[in-house]
Amino acid sequence: MSHYPLVENLFADDAAQEPIRAGFGRGLKAAGEKNEAVVALCADLTDSTQMSKFKEAFPERFVEIGVAEQNLVTVASGMARAGKIPFTSSYAAFSPGRNWEQIRTTIALNDQPVKVVGSHAGVSVGPDGATHQMLEDIALMRVLPNMVVVAPGDSIEAEKATAALAENGKPSYLRLAREKTPIFSTADSPFEVGRAYVLREGSDVTLLGTGTMTYQLLVAAKELDNMGINAEVVHVPTIKPLDKGTILGSVQKTGRVVTAEEAQINGGFGGAVAELLSEELPTPLIRIGIQDRFGESGEPNELLDHFGLTGGKIASKVKQFVDTTPQYHKGF
Amino acid sequence: MVGKAEKLSVTELRHKAYTLREDVIKMLEHAGSGHSAGPLGLAEIFASLYFDILHYDPKNPEWSERDYFFLSNGHCVPIQYAAMAEAGFFPKDELLTLRKLGSRLQGHPERTKLPGLENTSGPLGSGLSQAAGVAHTLQHIDKQLHRWVYVVTGDGELDEGNIWEAAMFAGKYKLSQLIVFVDRNNIQIDGMTDDVMPLEDLHGKWESFGWHVQEIDGHNIESIIDAASMARAITNKPSVIISHTIPGKGVDFMEYDYHWHGTPPNSEQAKAALHKLRTLDGKIRGEHE
Repeated sequence: MSHYPLVENLFADDAAQEPIRAGFGRGLKAAGEKNEAVVALCADLTDSTQMSKFKEAFPERFVEIGVAEQNLVTVASGMARAGKIPFTSSYAAFSPGRNWEQIRTTIALNDQPVKVVGSHAGVSVGPDGATHQMLEDIALMRVLPNMVVVAPGDSIEAEKATAALAENGKPSYLRLAREKTPIFSTADSPFEVGRAYVLREGSDVTLLGTGTMTYQLLVAAKELDNMGINAEVVHVPTIKPLDKGTILGSVQKTGRVVTAEEAQINGGFGGAVAELLSEELPTPLIRIGIQDRFGESGEPNELLDHFGLTGGKIASKVKQFVDTTPQYHKGF
Repeated sequence: MVGKAEKLSVTELRHKAYTLREDVIKMLEHAGSGHSAGPLGLAEIFASLYFDILHYDPKNPEWSERDYFFLSNGHCVPIQYAAMAEAGFFPKDELLTLRKLGSRLQGHPERTKLPGLENTSGPLGSGLSQAAGVAHTLQHIDKQLHRWVYVVTGDGELDEGNIWEAAMFAGKYKLSQLIVFVDRNNIQIDGMTDDVMPLEDLHGKWESFGWHVQEIDGHNIESIIDAASMARAITNKPSVIISHTIPGKGVDFMEYDYHWHGTPPNSEQAKAALHKLRTLDGKIRGEHE
């Protein structure tokens, strides 16, 4: 297995943090420099979604749509028909929250390479509350045929993911978070759409994380070490298509699985993993994420703690799981 | 304007419209489901589009110099399929595969299935904004000012919010290469548009969104062609042509009756309809009678 480079001072108090959306902003500008066909459309949230960098560099290829998310994605579908590679951005609660049918018909079924970018996903949006904390977007997008779904783990990876989606020729969803997120990957860390990466090897349990939760799993794994549990951490930035080989390979070894996401576990990333394992390799599983309820106002870190999504809370849950659940091994 | 395709005289276009109607009746009867009223009412507009107005090459649907045509009210696609078959995009025999398993002629149009379609539609209200996306690209990014983007929408479809988002967008960006025919036939599934959700003042609505507005008799070939020509001459705004049509036009027992919105004719009704069409409602003797 190739080694995945992690930043060195991962757990230091002064470890680097940056909003994942900032990486998208840089990646989109770079994609625009590389390919003239890349265009960007926004629904009145240009700074907030970090599309402003692209807008400043390529004003003629930026289209302000106004607060009209249905028009946002359908105009983008038309621009794709005219040969462009459109990136649309808004908050995930509004796009794909409000315009799902337009995405289904004019992008997914119509098979146009529009990139729907949903920023401010998850509870860590914070004080804005449940209306703006999009938790259902993974489920909504991964159910669509033709659609690729990517939730980068940090801003460095978001930059790479943006570049990759600009070139993949497919309808795609890119899920971004608002708050500063610790950076775990480096410029040399690999990213390929459809690939999952083992960040840390272990033998007692597989922790599968997507988006902002991968860093929390690294924190949890460190705490679990102190509890005598050797956890393997696998980062799964592409939720669709899932990297079955890497996931099954790890699960086969550890015989216990935990998924973590800042989204509804029902239909979300945990749902996707449960579907895979129940058909290919039934294994004891717990899903960490939002448990069939809406979010609420609060400070981002407060909310992560409240919903059990911090490394510490996750470690306790994993400990309990490991203590009460025998490892499943094939042939069992 | 037809580019590499056949262009017809006004008289020939009138006949072509009736041929398209016959094709639609045969297709719907064979399919056993589908929409009758809208497609019949659009026959003159589609005859004019495919045999006079649009610039395209049926042998090379992706031709880089073509005009774009977006059907926003996808349920009216039988009339588009009929026009495309008559224009040579695919063999006429294939029309009878409409709505059948494995057919390229899906019940509602799918771009990826049939070359020559620009979009996938059915859920209403999104074709206009896709067309606006193309028009914006041609006008403001690629600077291809000699290509046009035509759209057909229904009138019931104008209940959709997405339409007015697109209308505002096209007005803002002065998308003068965008030309929209609204099929003003006054019916939708639940009844008359005035009863379901009144649209008037429709002319004033579009005007207030920054559009150039014309109103025509949507069965008059010369009016259709002249209005499209006028729309192309307007260089500072998008154009809408409110086309007053009779739903079910050409088949007396279907005309004006909203019950035919989503219903196909059975074989008796199809026979009667074809008789009406071939004899121009009894005014002449049908060729095949």
